[in-house]
Amino acid sequence: MTGDALAQVGAAGLFLFSILAAIPKSLRHYRETLRQIWFVGAMSLVIIMTCGLFVGMVLSLQLYYTLAKFGGTAALGTVVALSLFRELGPVVTALLFAGRAGTSMTAEIGLMRATDQLSAMEMMAVDPLAYVVAPRFIAGVIAMPLLACVFNVLGILGAHAVGVSWLGLDNGTFWGNMSANVEVWNDLVNGVWKSAVFGAVIALIATFQGYTTPPTSEGVAYATTRTVVSSSIVVLAIDFVMTAFLM
Amino acid sequence: MTQPRRSFQVGTGLFILLGFAALAYLATQTTSVANYTEGDNYLLKAKFSNIGQLKQRAPVKLAGVRIGSVKSIELDPQSLEALVTIGIDTRFHEIPDDSAAAIFTSGLLGDQYVGVQPGGSPVAFKDGDEFILTQSSMQLEDLIGKFLVSGDSSKGPAKPDAADPAAKNP
Repeated sequence: MTGDALAQVGAAGLFLFSILAAIPKSLRHYRETLRQIWFVGAMSLVIIMTCGLFVGMVLSLQLYYTLAKFGGTAALGTVVALSLFRELGPVVTALLFAGRAGTSMTAEIGLMRATDQLSAMEMMAVDPLAYVVAPRFIAGVIAMPLLACVFNVLGILGAHAVGVSWLGLDNGTFWGNMSANVEVWNDLVNGVWKSAVFGAVIALIATFQGYTTPPTSEGVAYATTRTVVSSSIVVLAIDFVMTAFLM
Repeated sequence: MTQPRRSFQVGTGLFILLGFAALAYLATQTTSVANYTEGDNYLLKAKFSNIGQLKQRAPVKLAGVRIGSVKSIELDPQSLEALVTIGIDTRFHEIPDDSAAAIFTSGLLGDQYVGVQPGGSPVAFKDGDEFILTQSSMQLEDLIGKFLVSGDSSKGPAKPDAADPAAKNP
C-alpha cells in the first residue's frame, strides 16, 4: 500500500516534467489554453465571489468579537486584510478551485481516456500532453492568482460591510489602519505567489488523476474523488511549508 | 464556428482584466502604497544611542504629519551608535537646522517612528546634514526600572512603618 502511494507520487512528479516539456509545443494551441482559462477561471467567478463575500463577513464578525476582548477593534481592518491576503484568500480559493475546476478536469480527461480519445489523438500525431494536459495546467497557474485576488477584494468589501455598516466601526479607522500595516510585497504578493503554486499543484493532480485513470466509469469516479482529497491535503500541507519559508 | 470561439476569447480577456483590476485595487487601496507616495527627497543623518524597534521605511513625522521615511539604519563604528539616514521630502525644505529628532512609539505598543521637533534657527537643513539633538527610543524595561527606583525613594521615609507595622503597635 505504501509502495503504491510512493509510486503515485513518483509518477506524478515525472508527469509534471513531461507537462513542462510539452508547454513549448502547447503554445501553438494557445486558443485551447484561453478556452481553459475561460472554463476554470471565468466560470468559477460566481462561486469565488460569493464565498469571498461570506468569508470576509464572517471573518469581520469573529475578529470583532475577539478584538473587542482586548479593546483593539480599531485593528479590525488590518487583521482582516492580513488574514485574507496571506492565508484565507489563497487557501479557500484553492479548495474551491479544486472542487469546481479540478474535478471537471479529471472527469473530462478521464472520460477522454476511457473512450480512447487520447489514443486517437496519438494516432493522429497530436500529442495529448501538449493539446489536452498542458493548456489545463497553464490555465490553472494563471487563473488561480486572479481568482484569489477577486476573492480578496470581495472579502475586504464583505468585512467592510459588516465592520463599518453593521458593527459601527469608523470608516477611516478601518481603511487607515489597514493601509498603514499591509505591505505590498510581504503580504499581498506573498499570497499571489502562494495561489499560483496552489493552481499548479491542483492542475497537476487533476490532470494526472484523469490521465492515469483506469478506463472504466468506476475508475473515473474514483479519480475524481482522489483529485479533491489529494488536492486539499497537498494544498494545506504546501501552504504550511510555503508560509514558513515566505514568512 | 468562429462566433462562439470569439465570444469565449473576449470573456477570457475580460476575466484576466478583472483579476488584474482586483490586484491593482488591493495594491492601491489596502496596502501601504496607498499613503506611500515617494517624491524627491534629501537625506539627513541622526545618531541614536538606541533605536529600539525602528525599522527601515518607518515614517518620519513633524507635528504628526508624515514628511519622510527612514532610508537606512547602520552602526557607526566609531561612536558605536546607530546611524539612521532619513529621507525627507523636498517639499519640506525649511526645517530649522537645530531641530531635534526623537524616536516615538505610535499608540501603546505600535510601530516606532522618528519624530522631528522643530528648533528656532533661521538656517534650514541641507542635504547630508546631521541632527545634533537626538533622543533615543524609550525602553519599556528602563521605564519600569526607573519607576521602581523612584517609587522606592519616595516611599523611603515611610518604609519602616510600612515594613514593620508591628514595631509601632506592640
